[in-house]
Amino acid sequence: MELINLIFQEIYKILFLLVPVLVSVAMIVWLDRRVWAFVQKRQGPNVVGPFGLLQSLADALKYIFKEIIIPASSNKIIFILAPIITMTLALIAWAVIPFSETQVLADINVGILYIFAVSSLGVYGIIMGGWASNSKYPFLGSIRSAAQMVSYEVSIGIIIINVLLCVGSLNLNEIVIAQKNMWFVIPLFPMFVIFFISALAETNRPPFDLPEAEAELVAGYQTEYSGMMYAMFWLGEYANILLMCALGSVLFLGGWLSPIDLYPFNLVPGAIWLIFKILLLFFLFALVKAIVPRYRYDQLMRLGWKIFLPLSLIYVVLTASYLFYFNLLPIAK
Amino acid sequence: MIAHSIFFYIFSIIAIISAIMVTASKNTVHSVFFLILDFISISCLFIMIGAEFLGMIMLIVYVGAVAVLFLFVVMMLNVAQQKNQWFLSKSSSRHIPMGLIISAVIFFELMIVVGGWKYKPNLVNNLPELNNELSNTHLLGQVLYTDYIHIFQISGMILLIAMIGAIVLTYRQREGVKKQSYIKQISRERSEGVEVIEVASNKGVKIDD
Repeated sequence: MELINLIFQEIYKILFLLVPVLVSVAMIVWLDRRVWAFVQKRQGPNVVGPFGLLQSLADALKYIFKEIIIPASSNKIIFILAPIITMTLALIAWAVIPFSETQVLADINVGILYIFAVSSLGVYGIIMGGWASNSKYPFLGSIRSAAQMVSYEVSIGIIIINVLLCVGSLNLNEIVIAQKNMWFVIPLFPMFVIFFISALAETNRPPFDLPEAEAELVAGYQTEYSGMMYAMFWLGEYANILLMCALGSVLFLGGWLSPIDLYPFNLVPGAIWLIFKILLLFFLFALVKAIVPRYRYDQLMRLGWKIFLPLSLIYVVLTASYLFYFNLLPIAK
Repeated sequence: MIAHSIFFYIFSIIAIISAIMVTASKNTVHSVFFLILDFISISCLFIMIGAEFLGMIMLIVYVGAVAVLFLFVVMMLNVAQQKNQWFLSKSSSRHIPMGLIISAVIFFELMIVVGGWKYKPNLVNNLPELNNELSNTHLLGQVLYTDYIHIFQISGMILLIAMIGAIVLTYRQREGVKKQSYIKQISRERSEGVEVIEVASNKGVKIDD
């Protein structure tokens, strides 16, 4: 009986996290389109509901009622599995994001490695979707995307090492607490810029959206998908973008810490600050989508391997020697 | 503890079945997917015995990087078409003896290694001391960077040499290929980019060489 109670408690907690994430994914799609439109002096979606807020709901209804078409020559099991894997992986990574000192679903020791592992698994959804479609454009798109995501993961991993050198722990809550005096965006500002750009590439956002470059590949790995399965790819993509924003704000912008540790500010709950920081980063993501043209593929690879990788490696050496010289290395008790 | 053993059996059964399916499945791409499933369930087992760092590194390195390259190679070579049928047809069965020899060699090597396994004499005595507040990431680092630092660095060197070797083997300087030099493109001035040429009539002009 106790066990069943425990399980229900956990399920309740998980729903309490997942439902807001899914709702905010729908809202964030609307925000993305709105920002994109305003930069280009258009209106964007403004008809359904107040300011067009319910546009995503209308889109979701449309996707649900459309027919799911499975190509006859496709590998059916993997074809169906691919969007499910994309969306599941995008959602399970949220388990370790801390919303305040106590509000975290799973406060595990290796939280940052967990997020890194889950986001590196995300490439399988795309590869499986592209391969199982058994068609040329999805296959090219998925191969492009695999190469792109693997390359940019390397630089993200090394940027994370920079932060870990300053913290001395892999736990996300301790990473946030270590920034109590100074957010890591100040000493590690070049790494924050590189992290932001790598996150754009990792989530296949413009200007690095080559896997689904519509002018060349129709829609890349999503070409053969329709209805709810396409919507699941789409939801997973945006949940991943939100996750990258959350990771960026935990690593560099102090997570749930308030910007100033003074009276009116530290009354605001940490979750509000975290959401505010995620929204700020997402706003930047949306702006980049609107104002930057798409990269060529060789430029993308050159940027990842020849610029970001050496730069972040040099910064690891710099950070380590600075901390060592001034005796600031965090040593475990 | 019951839940613990239930999960242990679930993960180990998945690991064994998927390991068998890696060799038994007819489609090579499916084999790679089963290999990935095997890696994931092994890392779940690692996490279950409390080695969360090893489990996560297993996921990141093997599933996130190595298996992606496997999948890449298998898809690019289009071996998906060659159905793996050694147990059905007789024509391609000459690979079996070679495979048996290699697997026998690997098996005996493993036997020798496991048979001759010795812990560091101090390690066994110090085991209760390891059981303190530190997370296993710290403990692993403490052992790896003090007692085993030479072995650790040598293995890093071997990986570096393998990487350089792979680059040397595959790199070739190709002649007559147009390459873009980014520094040249960026440092172009207007004066050298635009040129007014008097074209003699009926002669034409040669540009871009």
